Amino acid sequence: MSRDEPIGARLWAVTVWATVGFFILNLFAVIASVVVNSFGTRWFNTWLPAGFTTRWYVAAWGEFQLDQVLIVTLEVVTAVVALSALFGVPAAYALARRDFPGKRLVMLLFLLPLLVPPITFGIPLATVLYRIGLAGSLYGVIVANLVPTVPFVILVMIPFVEQIDPRIEAAARVFGAGTWRLFMTVLVPLLAPGILAALLLVLVRTIAMFELTFFTSGPTSQTLVVALYYAVSAAGIRSGQSIDAMAVIYMATTLIWLLVALRFVNPTQIVGRGRTG
Amino acid sequence: MSDAYAASERVPLRLRLSRRGIDGVTLLIVPSVLFVLALFIYPFLYGLALSFAPKEGGWLANYQKFFADPFYYDTIWKTLRLAVPVTIINVLLSIPIALRVRLMRHQRVLTTILVLPITLGTVLVADGLLTYLGPRGWLNRLVLDSGFSESPVHLVHNYWGVVLALVVSIFPFTFLLTLSSLTGIDPSLEGAASTLGATPRARFRYIVLPLLAPGLAINFCLSFVQAFSVFPSAVLLGDPAGTTRVISIAAYTAAFEQYDYSLASAIAMIMGLTQLAIVAGLLSSRGLFYRGSAAAAKG
Repeated sequence: MSRDEPIGARLWAVTVWATVGFFILNLFAVIASVVVNSFGTRWFNTWLPAGFTTRWYVAAWGEFQLDQVLIVTLEVVTAVVALSALFGVPAAYALARRDFPGKRLVMLLFLLPLLVPPITFGIPLATVLYRIGLAGSLYGVIVANLVPTVPFVILVMIPFVEQIDPRIEAAARVFGAGTWRLFMTVLVPLLAPGILAALLLVLVRTIAMFELTFFTSGPTSQTLVVALYYAVSAAGIRSGQSIDAMAVIYMATTLIWLLVALRFVNPTQIVGRGRTG
Repeated sequence: MSDAYAASERVPLRLRLSRRGIDGVTLLIVPSVLFVLALFIYPFLYGLALSFAPKEGGWLANYQKFFADPFYYDTIWKTLRLAVPVTIINVLLSIPIALRVRLMRHQRVLTTILVLPITLGTVLVADGLLTYLGPRGWLNRLVLDSGFSESPVHLVHNYWGVVLALVVSIFPFTFLLTLSSLTGIDPSLEGAASTLGATPRARFRYIVLPLLAPGLAINFCLSFVQAFSVFPSAVLLGDPAGTTRVISIAAYTAAFEQYDYSLASAIAMIMGLTQLAIVAGLLSSRGLFYRGSAAAAKG
């Protein structure tokens, strides 16, 4: 096909690939400059810093109380992943298997928190959470983060449930299994790949979820991404290198889970809001 | 059999529901529905009501304040000035690239790379761009060393910093959506047109584009809504007191710096309505597009 392409088409192809290359080159340069800066000693008017050191990591660990921040992040992520599975998987099962009046309305209800950007619903949500005294605590952060993740799990899981032959469930019912037993011994094992995929995506999204955590967290309930935001926005006070050291720790946390997730899901599912999944 | 019976007895909820004749399976959606109603729908209604109960003045005082004071209503214009060009650039760029990538065999490597900025999130992208585009960053090193300019190019703490941040973090999203709508178009339709002698340009103009248009409209809306809700990069990379004082900053300041939740709710409602108006406007023009199947007639 490419052999008999006219020159114009080839030129066009080269332009397109050059644009892609340019984008990726800059993207890598952005990431690399954070990493290089975090290991650099003094960096003025040269391509690379004068020397390399790891002391910024020690400094960042102390300055930003990263041990506490990492524990909070772990607690929030674990709770959000577990609770979204607990809420989302049964709901996805019911939506995949049953037709009932108002089903389209319910689907719309679950689609809305994914379509409305967190910054728009985050402010009214934070207002309500402050009124009932939940905001500022770990629980407030967890509850706020669940708002988009529960619908996300539901919409990702529906196609996985639909793939399972209903006759398997019918057989289990014939042998006397109730809904609970059916879930635990038949559905959960069969749905395991889907649940794993959905939960890994929730995990990656929760680590990176800035707005909702930012609006609802107090001084002791900041996750890594919020702590990073505060550090960058007060950049005059802290040294740029220790901020970037924290950024590298954040990147490492996110990318490890991204790599794990990519073993089980297609990259496009990370942007998917159910429709592309 | 007997332990299955015992298992179902351990779950009184199921028994109670089955006695009432309601299918237990359907009820599994109830917790999630209640959750979304309580934490998504209720806060929205609460915010709407709160926005009509200002700290001082009549019930419309917040909205009057917003639309009378350029300090507030300018934020809509400033947000649009960022979001509209960025979305147009992203959507237009994504089409030719997706057309090429569609034919690629190892798409996964590219999509994995492109998913990076989405996964890392806007805060990290903003921090990285601050270092990279800053006066001592690699980009300005290149500009100075190549003799392109005598002095560093100013790309941070202004409008352009935010534009670049939005392109880096939203382009991958736009692109992956365009790619997935393109993959939904049966390649044999183009093949048929090609057999009938259509040039690549004609095939794009008369086959691909009409089939792609509805997907592009939705893609444009989703990308626009993301760009319109820009927040961290407008603060960190932009000029949050001036050219990039976007509407989310106004809402945030009202809520968390002035503690005027009523005004903040009003701004959040205006933000939501502006997004809705633009999305509704775009989607209503969808009636102009072809709506049939993008797959070939025979499977």
